[in-house]
Amino acid sequence: MSAYESQIREPLVTGSKDYHQITKDIVRSTESVPPLIWFLITGFTATVMTIGFIAIGYTVWMGIGAWGLNKTVGWAWDITNFVWWIGIGHAGTLISAILLIFRQRWRTGINRSAEAMTIFAVMCAGLFPAIHMGRPWLAFFIFPYPNTRGPLWVNFTSPLLWDVFAISTYFTVSLLFWYSGLLPDFATIRDQAKGKIRKMIYNKLSFGWTGSAKHWQRFESLSLVLAGLATPLVLSVHTIVSFDFATSVIPGWHTTIFPPYFVAGAIFSGFAMVLTLMIITRKALKVEDYITINHIESMNKIIILTGSIVGVAYLTELFMAWYSGFPYEQYAFYNRALGPYWWAYWIMMTCNVISPQLFWFKKLRRSIYFTFVMSIIINIGMWFERFVIIVTSLHRDYLPSSWVYYSPTIVEMGIYLGTLGLFFTLFLLFARAFPVVAIAEVKAILKTSGDKQKREQHEPVANGHHH
Amino acid sequence: MAEMKYWKGLEEKEINSVPLQSEEFSESLPVVSELGNKIETLASSRRDFLKVMGFSVTAATVAASCEMPVRKSIPYIVKPDEIIPGVANYYASTYAEGGDYCSVLVKTREGRPIKIEGNKLSKITKGGTSALAQASILGLYDNYRLTKAVANGEETTWKKADEAIIAELEAIQAAGGKIRIVSSTLLSPSTKQAIKDFIAKYPSAKHVTYDAVSCTGILKANEATFGKKVIPGYRFDNTDLIVSVGADFLGSWISPVEYAAQYGAKRKLSKETKTMNRHIQVESTLSLAGSNADKRILVKPSHEAVALTHIYNVLASKSGAATVSLSGLDETAKTELTKVADELLAAKGKSLVVSGSNDVNVQLVVNAINILLGNYGTTIDLSAYSNQRQGDDAEMDALVSELGSGDALIVFDSNPVYSYAKKDAFKSALEKVKLSVSLNPKPDETTVLCKYSCPNHHYLEAWNDAEPKNGSFSITQPTIAPLFKTRSAAESFLKWAGIDTPYYDYIRNYWSQNIFSKQTHFASFDMLWDRTVHDGVLDTQVAAETWTPAAIDISAAVAAIAKNAGAADAVELVVYEKIAIRDGKFADNPWLQEVPDPISKITWDNYVCVSKKMAERLGLKQALSKINTSSGTETDLVKVAANGYEITLPVIVQPGTADYTLAIALGYGREVASKTKAVGQNAFPFLQANGGSYSTVIAGATIELVAGSYKVAQTQMHHSIQTPMEKVGKQMERRIIKETTLAEYSANPYAGNEDRKEIQEHLKTLYPDHEKLKRGNQWEMTIDLSSCIGCNACVVACTVENNVPVVGKDEVVRAREMHWLRIDRYFSGSDENPSVVFQPMLCQHCDNAPCENVCPVAATNHSSDGLNQMAYNRCIGTRYCANNCPFKVRRFNWFDYLGADSFRKETIFNNEHDVTEMSEDLTRMVLNPDVTVRSRGVMEKCSFCVQRIQEGKLKAKKAGRGLQDADITVACQTACPTHAISFGDINNKESEVYKIANDERGFKVLEELHVLPSITYLTKVRNTEKSEA
Repeated sequence: MSAYESQIREPLVTGSKDYHQITKDIVRSTESVPPLIWFLITGFTATVMTIGFIAIGYTVWMGIGAWGLNKTVGWAWDITNFVWWIGIGHAGTLISAILLIFRQRWRTGINRSAEAMTIFAVMCAGLFPAIHMGRPWLAFFIFPYPNTRGPLWVNFTSPLLWDVFAISTYFTVSLLFWYSGLLPDFATIRDQAKGKIRKMIYNKLSFGWTGSAKHWQRFESLSLVLAGLATPLVLSVHTIVSFDFATSVIPGWHTTIFPPYFVAGAIFSGFAMVLTLMIITRKALKVEDYITINHIESMNKIIILTGSIVGVAYLTELFMAWYSGFPYEQYAFYNRALGPYWWAYWIMMTCNVISPQLFWFKKLRRSIYFTFVMSIIINIGMWFERFVIIVTSLHRDYLPSSWVYYSPTIVEMGIYLGTLGLFFTLFLLFARAFPVVAIAEVKAILKTSGDKQKREQHEPVANGHHH
Repeated sequence: MAEMKYWKGLEEKEINSVPLQSEEFSESLPVVSELGNKIETLASSRRDFLKVMGFSVTAATVAASCEMPVRKSIPYIVKPDEIIPGVANYYASTYAEGGDYCSVLVKTREGRPIKIEGNKLSKITKGGTSALAQASILGLYDNYRLTKAVANGEETTWKKADEAIIAELEAIQAAGGKIRIVSSTLLSPSTKQAIKDFIAKYPSAKHVTYDAVSCTGILKANEATFGKKVIPGYRFDNTDLIVSVGADFLGSWISPVEYAAQYGAKRKLSKETKTMNRHIQVESTLSLAGSNADKRILVKPSHEAVALTHIYNVLASKSGAATVSLSGLDETAKTELTKVADELLAAKGKSLVVSGSNDVNVQLVVNAINILLGNYGTTIDLSAYSNQRQGDDAEMDALVSELGSGDALIVFDSNPVYSYAKKDAFKSALEKVKLSVSLNPKPDETTVLCKYSCPNHHYLEAWNDAEPKNGSFSITQPTIAPLFKTRSAAESFLKWAGIDTPYYDYIRNYWSQNIFSKQTHFASFDMLWDRTVHDGVLDTQVAAETWTPAAIDISAAVAAIAKNAGAADAVELVVYEKIAIRDGKFADNPWLQEVPDPISKITWDNYVCVSKKMAERLGLKQALSKINTSSGTETDLVKVAANGYEITLPVIVQPGTADYTLAIALGYGREVASKTKAVGQNAFPFLQANGGSYSTVIAGATIELVAGSYKVAQTQMHHSIQTPMEKVGKQMERRIIKETTLAEYSANPYAGNEDRKEIQEHLKTLYPDHEKLKRGNQWEMTIDLSSCIGCNACVVACTVENNVPVVGKDEVVRAREMHWLRIDRYFSGSDENPSVVFQPMLCQHCDNAPCENVCPVAATNHSSDGLNQMAYNRCIGTRYCANNCPFKVRRFNWFDYLGADSFRKETIFNNEHDVTEMSEDLTRMVLNPDVTVRSRGVMEKCSFCVQRIQEGKLKAKKAGRGLQDADITVACQTACPTHAISFGDINNKESEVYKIANDERGFKVLEELHVLPSITYLTKVRNTEKSEA
């Protein structure tokens, strides 16, 4: 990793850091007692999470009738939330796997948090397929296992079943990737630890990492193998999620453009969520030197790219509807833009297509405040994208006799808020117990990309000391 | 000796008489193959023993600590001969309620009636049924029925009640008090005889027939014209042209099932028959008959009578009879009506003019028109007259004013405190009289005010008879022993008359004395009786009488009509009956409340219908935005006042309503009713006295918008078949409905359906043809859009047959009604006077079903005989199948609607969604034991009555023959009065369904999606002129 890096490139670690300083900077948050504000925020998110669990309990007790669904709209907020959370998770996998393979060093500052975010987002997403069932206590029916009912197998032609495989694989690989990356960092914390119990806990968590050459060699191999496994998942998971819709016969769902469109949308929303979290984390945990403005700008560039892909996809859908000559398809898109849910469509268009284009301005791209606001706008837009696809396609399909309007109930809203509460609670706990930046990986790029080190390489004599 | 072989017959001798032990099981037990030889080598260790022991003890403790429900079941000690568990018995019977008549077959299972079917032997209803007849079975298992005789609010024995009533009757009789019996129209000649016997005992007694919605006008007009106070037998099947002026003869007028059967027969098109009659409806609100008309002329309510006068004038001037002066009608209507009169003249003797008016003067004009057209004897049969409405409003008025404190009033099968126009006057008369007795089976508005309540049996528990039309008799036979200590009303009359004959013997006596002699077919009375009980009906010869009409004073009649004709901009109110609720007698039947009105598609409410123009003038913003955006359920509230009465109701903009017209349905606002309390508002007090009868047209109505909004439970919004893309100025055509005109159809039988061939040619697939579709039985259905009149009998039949849950108003507001079969109603043309088409929509049993491949657990799958089936136990409720259904026919159990999983009402787990109270033991008895009761969280949909298919297959198998067409009929098909639905095996070239599916009119909905639906619809053919199309 000690390859030469051009001086023109901006340093990825700012401030005059050495290895020890990095350790201290990042481990600090796990060692100190969290400030009062942390307790307040965590208390708040945990309350919201509890409200969500109460809403879930109410749904299971009363039946799905507690939601606003009806004879025509069988999915709404449930699957919207599911796809939204799954999409958010994609950024973590992309950063840890694809960027690793493409040797994008800037990923080291953000990959840990992004991967954690992936895990938490997939946990939130995974709730929905289970609780949206009419009889969730029979959810195990969707697993193909030998049984005494014939044996009765699952339906392998159902995209919903593919989802089960895709998401469980995704979660497993993401978790392994994240955790294996954490091993050397846990060991670092352990080595810093003062108390006996603390030492013991982090020792267990680090699986007894000693930092031997063999450990490092295996660690590197495993990272590459998992990156190799995770790379196709970045593309496949959301592709398969999109099949839920693409393989159907419903106008507005039945379209071949969905897989790439969904993957781009997922990365788009995932990066937005990473930005939301990172901008707060870097400030709160004082790790601005590791998650620099350059990181933020790089992510904003990806947002322009994926946002534009999504925008092109929206326009392509409109064109295809017109070009198809299929009256039902034409009406579906007319209805999206000008029907009773016009507001949802235009929120989606504004948030996802128009607003990210502002990132063409470098000044905005490098503005922390602007980026933060934009990251939230994008995720609002992406939530509405899924809502528009699911609800506006369903509520008016082929036979006008069945057309209805759907509005959510407070229970559905409570569940959605609850998953946000769950997500942020887990992230807040993560931020105080785990190293939020990959210590070992940042150290690995310090020599080539550290601010101080780059300066030293350039003017070693002038500064009068060198390593 | 060991080789000795014993045998009983040769066939046994040939084979081994006693099977060897090794052959005792024809198939080997799977134990050995599953476990192999391991079973012998397996050793149970001490640990295994303890594990098993521990588990069993824990499991047993857990299981035992739950309270197990006590199931009360009593085995037959002596099994009745005709009851075989699992096999249904059918008994012919008669549904006769307040003049409504339907000859039926009652399906019973293990001795309890569970379903009503039409009786094909009836020459009147011809196997058709109505929504009311279908739903009547729920009334039997009603928790709110009176279970015993009641005296002064306390339950008593029949003996005590009889003694007290007889004592009071005798005292009143002795004191010269009046005894009055008020009943609705009675079709039973034996019951009438019993009342005559009662009157013989108490000579001061008098029987008054009172119909909530009466036909006094027709009765009186015929009395004046022909000297006979009857309703003639109408023969819609003999007509070439029907002109109905405000008579909803397919929905609620006199005998809709009979008329629908006649109407359907005359309009049935096939490869062989390419003619149909023409139907013109002149009306002010969109009725069921009007929605089926080929031409509809919209006039104000009070102008319906004027329209008739105009028709009379045109006919009279062309036939040389005297014309009369007339006023009020606008020029457009006049021109159209002149054309109608010309058409009538062209169809002389083959036409029929009917009017829904209750005004004797209007009916006199109708009689005059039909006389001019020579329709008597061809389309109007005076000999086989109808007994289905006998009430005379004037008699009821007289009764109310004459009753005093020393009198007695017996109320039988009627509820005047609710339904009489001057209900308060009746109520005070009832409270005034010395003795008041109600024979009604349930506590209703009238019964709760009576001193004595002597509850009648439900018709399924009792013997009775009926004579709906002169010379046509039928029998009601009990299909279950009385559930409670109730008594036949006729038997009560007999008891009080001092006659102890059981009512069954009384009926037999009556028949042997009065009816046996009217026929020549049966040699002995026992033969006649047995046959009639078996068939349900008996048709006797009626001598064709020639009735010469008296001269009709047409100018006097028209002068009276002219007085009532309102100005063009005077707001008028018309009250009408809905097809399912009618006069409100069965308004507490949740099945009927949940059936959407065929026109407005609204359930669980009555409301004010207005035209769009009227709504705009009144500024009904919510009602108008409802039709524009079709997204909301909220509508405006209005206060309607007329005839000294006012109510506040929701208002809807109903296309097809005349301007300056308000229409409100009767039958709602029952105050004393069990399950449907506070549904809607009572509109009966609006009925306006008009020269001896009550008119449903009320002049001088006012309407004003009141603050607030109201949610109506509408199952379908107002859409025309053309999907307007108004904002981009483009009309988008959906080829869901296909229709054509008779002229085009005669020239080209593919008319309106020309694109079918093109669609079929495009149905190419990369996959090999589904060979399996050509093998064995493949169940398919055909639905003739030309025959379907939208009466909803099929919807209720399906509900009863398949244990389809009722969800209640709040859930319908949330668009969660569960009907497996719905009738889609589409409008086309102008919104002032649109054309209507009904399309029954149910699971299409697609052979390439989009629902099947998306179910992750294979809970919905395809059977080898072409059914798209649901395995409820496997369903986990992802609803993916419902989302992916292009027809949106799948229904999800959002809550526990049928109480399948729920506890009784009183427990803390009160299930508020069990609207029909199916968690109650009594109500549950109505459930079809052949159909699974679905639990919460499960998807369901039309199964093509798979239980009936299996039953039919079994029947053929037992008889050792192939399946015949008649072996299997599905519930919706049997209920249909117009035979719009056919069902059968498409691979059987002889089957009806094969023939109809290959008709030139056949098309499939959304066929272009290549989902291969199994239901073929037939193009709707309207007998319209080109200029009207």
